[in-house]
Amino acid sequence: MELLLPFLIGILFSVSIYFILHRHLFKLIMGLILFGLATNIFLFVVGGLTNGDVAIIKKTHEVAVVPYADPVPQALLLTAIVIGFGLQAFAIVLIRKVYQSFKSNNLDDLHKAE
Amino acid sequence: MVYLLLTGFLVAFAAPLLHHWLGRRVFVPLTLLPLIFSAYFIWQVPGVLAGETVTQSISWVPSLGVQLQFRLDGLSLLFALLVSVFGVLIMLYSRGYMGETPLLGRFYMYLTLFMVAMLGIVISDNFFCLFLFWELTSITSYLLIGFHQHKSESRTAAWQALLVTGAGGLALFAGLLLLGQASGEITFSGMMQSGMDIRGSSLYLPAMVLVMLGCFTKSAQFPFHFWLPNAMAAPTPVSAYLHSATMVKAGIYLLARLSPVFNSAEIWQFTLPLVGGITAVMGAALALKHTDLKAVLAYTTISALGLLVMLLGIGTDEATKAALVFLVAHALYKGTLFMVAGTLDHCTGTRQLPLLKGLGRRLPWVGAAATLAAYSMAGVYPSLGFVGKELLYESALHNNGTLGLVLGVALLAGMVFVAIALVLSFRIFWRKSSHPIALQHAASPYLFLPPLLLGLASLAGVSATTPLLLQASLSIAPELHTSGKLVESQGFSLVVQLSALTTLLGLILYLFTPRLHLRPFTTQDFPFGPDSLYHLLFSNFLSGSKRFIHTLQDGYLRHYLVYLLLFFCGLSCYVLWRDALVLHLGDRFYMLQSLRLYEVVLFILVVSALLLLLNTRSRLTSIVVMGLVGYSAALFYILFGAPDVAATQLLIETLTVVIFVLLLHKLPAFSYLSHQVFKLWYVFVAVLFGSVMTYVLLLVQENAVSSDLKDFYGEASYLQAHGRNMVNVILVDFRGLDTLGEITVLAVAAVGVYALLRLKPQKGGKP
Repeated sequence: MELLLPFLIGILFSVSIYFILHRHLFKLIMGLILFGLATNIFLFVVGGLTNGDVAIIKKTHEVAVVPYADPVPQALLLTAIVIGFGLQAFAIVLIRKVYQSFKSNNLDDLHKAE
Repeated sequence: MVYLLLTGFLVAFAAPLLHHWLGRRVFVPLTLLPLIFSAYFIWQVPGVLAGETVTQSISWVPSLGVQLQFRLDGLSLLFALLVSVFGVLIMLYSRGYMGETPLLGRFYMYLTLFMVAMLGIVISDNFFCLFLFWELTSITSYLLIGFHQHKSESRTAAWQALLVTGAGGLALFAGLLLLGQASGEITFSGMMQSGMDIRGSSLYLPAMVLVMLGCFTKSAQFPFHFWLPNAMAAPTPVSAYLHSATMVKAGIYLLARLSPVFNSAEIWQFTLPLVGGITAVMGAALALKHTDLKAVLAYTTISALGLLVMLLGIGTDEATKAALVFLVAHALYKGTLFMVAGTLDHCTGTRQLPLLKGLGRRLPWVGAAATLAAYSMAGVYPSLGFVGKELLYESALHNNGTLGLVLGVALLAGMVFVAIALVLSFRIFWRKSSHPIALQHAASPYLFLPPLLLGLASLAGVSATTPLLLQASLSIAPELHTSGKLVESQGFSLVVQLSALTTLLGLILYLFTPRLHLRPFTTQDFPFGPDSLYHLLFSNFLSGSKRFIHTLQDGYLRHYLVYLLLFFCGLSCYVLWRDALVLHLGDRFYMLQSLRLYEVVLFILVVSALLLLLNTRSRLTSIVVMGLVGYSAALFYILFGAPDVAATQLLIETLTVVIFVLLLHKLPAFSYLSHQVFKLWYVFVAVLFGSVMTYVLLLVQENAVSSDLKDFYGEASYLQAHGRNMVNVILVDFRGLDTLGEITVLAVAAVGVYALLRLKPQKGGKP
């Protein structure tokens, strides 16, 4: 699986970039969400993968017993996911508002409307 | 000295305020300042003549070697006296010339600032200190040239002067830094004392070239001379002070100051006479063809600066003495003539030579000043100019290497100087004319006294300045032999014959000047001159950058993104190529054997979901598929030991889907937005980015590094923070403040969302 993941992330990145470059507002949001997702998994993989072992200290011990997962990327990821959600929510509402105001789903029309 | 400069700056910045309080009498305190400077420097004269040097130093940025170090030796004192005495007269003259303008305070501020900066240049011993004041003179020059800010030619000329001298200043800075690197010293005196063993250094040549560039631009040498005639757009006191007597001499000063270091190099001995010679001849020739009084003076100034550079390049004892004498003589007579030109302009309203006639009877004192200066300019006995010319010919004759060049240049320039001196004194003032020009008003004492005093000085200055000039030559050439006199009188020698020949030729040339003035030069006569080239370059640079910016930032989000992504990919590829980072995928194929079934299923699920996403036209389908991808990601997190992350991901994904569905009916429907032409291009960019990321990730996996943090948290989580879930402990304990920041971000986003939802589109459809 470690070997497959980089390819999966690459595909995710490609699709998200393709959507972001799209002129349609809706696809822009989807692209952003996918891009965030791809970045999260990317970070996770870069931090090193451990198959199945969690980052929790067992009841019987006072320190963690090898093997255990690296908690640092996980903590980073948690933050990233939550912040990403804030961004997504804001973007969705913003685009809804833009659509309401301009009655257009085309990014280029916004440029002209200025 | 430091306090003098400091006082100067304070007074300069107080000038607008003083103008507010004192009105036109503002010139009184501002004339006092250079008067105090002059008194101080005159007080220093006996000591310096006895061979002492006054030094002073204040620590500024010692770690960088940037110190306020000042040193007063013969050369510095000569220049300092020139600047401050001249300053007194210019301040008085400005009182008469500038009249009542609301910007008078500002004018005096710039002028005083310049004076202080110029003094700073000539007494600085530290490289950085000198550079600082050097740039300050460029900036004040810019402000003063553009003083008539409502005129576009003033602004253009000011820009031009700033760009040319500013660029030269940067070259000079680089040169000084290299010099400091090569010699290990950052003061002029230190470099002279250290034995100057830098000739073998590889930095010697670049340093010399850069310093020469800086000096040539400042002193208006060919091909950088073009800014000086344009700088005549400045008020005339400025032209007299900055652009004939002092600032343009800063380059000469520095060349003289550094000549002990450089004058043994052949390039120096070759370049300086050549550039100076070309400048001298060209300036003289152009001066003949102009009819604007200030333009004529500007070109003769360029010519004189050329002669000075040439003399410094020759570098013999006579040449050094000649350079200094000629420098002082030129400053005195050219300053006088500029002031006379300004007075004439003020009184008659024109500066055109053919119009100015028969003024002697009505402006006798102005005429007297012009005549005194003209004596010196023509080099007639017993003026200072005469001594300068004698020394010039002597150094030409004693120098076998470049005899022809120097002699020819000196003869040509001298001839033109004689002719122009006659035009400026005899033709304007004393020749009888049937149609004398009408006067608008008589000259006030402020307008004729300063030039008259300066003119007297240029005639009588020989004996007064001799010891100081000799002492100054010692600063340039320490081994110079002096006998207390500037010129050894040799009777009716070759030098005197040459001098007489020059005067004779000048007289003949004078007779031809009316014909030369029939069709004066304009800039259109030189379509490929440096001035035209400058404007061509300038306008092309502006339009070029405008076009470049317009292409790069055209206002389309995706174009910006494409540039960013391509740049990122290019950079990554370059690093991969440079460090030859190659993958060894083959060694890891065995890992595929341990692949479990559910992992394969997950992989196929995500890929097919993405394919579906690319092809669907339904918004609802897209949202559902997006949710599917998000849940799959959560599954990955569970598989690799991150239950907390997985839980968060599930929660967030659900929320996103809910928000999407809630707002679905208000979001734009899919419609086919055709961009077939660009589609392939975007696909290419997207795939390129994806591939780069994949490659980087594979590389990272192959060269994994372990982190100490993991061990730290593994040991400390329970013992220090009493928590068994390490991820949670990090978030709420070790990095608790970061989490607080994260919550704040979410709160801000929530406020933003709420505000957006409340925002009602205004009437007319625009938000």
